[in-house]
Amino acid sequence: MIKIDQVSKWYGPTQVLKNCSVEIARGEVVVVCGPSGSGKSTLIKCVNGLEPFQKGAVTVDDVSVSNPKTNLPKLRARIGMVFQHFELFPHLTVRRNLTLPQVKVLHRARDAAEKKAMQLLDRIGLRDHADKFPGQLSGGQQQRVAIARALAMDPIAMLFDEPTSALDPEMIQEVLDVMVALARDGMTMIVVTHEMGFARKVADRVVFMDQGEIVEDAATVDFFAKPRSQRAQLFLSKILQH
Amino acid sequence: MFANFDFDVILRSLPYLFYQGMTFTLLLTALATLGGIVVGTLLALMRLSGLPFFNLPAAAYVNLMRSVPFVLMIFWFYFLVPYIGQWITRSPQPLQVGAFASCLITFTLFEAAFFCEIMRAGIQSIPRGQLAAAQALGMTYPKTMGYIVLPQAFRNMVPVLLTQTIVLFQDTSLVYVISVTDFLGAASKIAQRDGRLVEMYTFAACIYFLVSLGASHLVRQLQHRIAIIR
Repeated sequence: MIKIDQVSKWYGPTQVLKNCSVEIARGEVVVVCGPSGSGKSTLIKCVNGLEPFQKGAVTVDDVSVSNPKTNLPKLRARIGMVFQHFELFPHLTVRRNLTLPQVKVLHRARDAAEKKAMQLLDRIGLRDHADKFPGQLSGGQQQRVAIARALAMDPIAMLFDEPTSALDPEMIQEVLDVMVALARDGMTMIVVTHEMGFARKVADRVVFMDQGEIVEDAATVDFFAKPRSQRAQLFLSKILQH
Repeated sequence: MFANFDFDVILRSLPYLFYQGMTFTLLLTALATLGGIVVGTLLALMRLSGLPFFNLPAAAYVNLMRSVPFVLMIFWFYFLVPYIGQWITRSPQPLQVGAFASCLITFTLFEAAFFCEIMRAGIQSIPRGQLAAAQALGMTYPKTMGYIVLPQAFRNMVPVLLTQTIVLFQDTSLVYVISVTDFLGAASKIAQRDGRLVEMYTFAACIYFLVSLGASHLVRQLQHRIAIIR
């Protein structure tokens, strides 16, 4: 459903993505990992056009992201995205964070949006916090709300950009639990993360990146059992120590 | 030492000072602030658009406004606006604009340059991630600005915007150059009519001081009330 085909990107003279190609089928969960600065975040931001790229093609559900004729906002509304720093809108209550995009982008009726929002808040266990402002919630709670906000748009796929990297260790699990539930529900997901436990549990495939290149793209079991490349082996040995 | 002063003149002229003078001053301040914020925000968006077609005229405008003495602007507009109006409406003679409208236009356009810079700073203070989040949800540029960026920028900048408004409140006294009666103008007229310059000017100074001081206290309280919880 998502096809990244030979994508290259430069910031000035520095090439940050080198001929990256990945395909993600409907319902698949793909974890993207690799050392920092390897281009993981940049790559998934190419999927919804938040990062422009100079070469190659990305298509989502047969819609080209880089085609100037594509209605990008319309495409983005169908792809959920969760950010490292949550990016909830601090001037709106949790409830408004969930309803505003539904009403303004999808043109849903106010009470339908409200109903949807409350269902999702129920699902992540934060119904009682609906009328608080994001700043009054913990990091883990904020990130769960951010996931709910993305889900409120009924996305066909979800992108996660290091969703637990900015969290205190004791809050990581509550966010991962929501993501695991989502994966088991059959959501198509691309997850940039260092949480190898999560990858083991629900990922169908693991994509390993280093210096802007996709070094390895393997089934989860194979990746953890015996990574083919040396760079991936080194990365795993470092990250799995703790 | 106050024996020779006649403070009673203040009491006698209070209705005139406030009904005529202060009403004009406050009305001009309020309307010019509103207009200035609207025009200033548009200018700020133009400056931040990254498109030379929008950016360059806006930058030129702001720089022009900030490098010409305000009194000169008031004069110039007062004499020029009727002719611009004539040119726009293609009427045979210069348009009758009136002193208040002329002042309002001048102050709005002048303040817009300052509010533009304030709003520009406000917009730039919003983290880029907020824009990315709004875009990722499918919001178009106008929606992103209208629902996400500007409301936050505006709230962050309210203290600075209102402080600028207090400066504007004092600056309205410059309308004396085109013989419009604002609060200071009214005080000045009475002062000269009754020969009570010291009393009237002192009184006017006190009122300006009190209003400005009170307003800046209100701004501080408001700042706490509307601050975004982080």
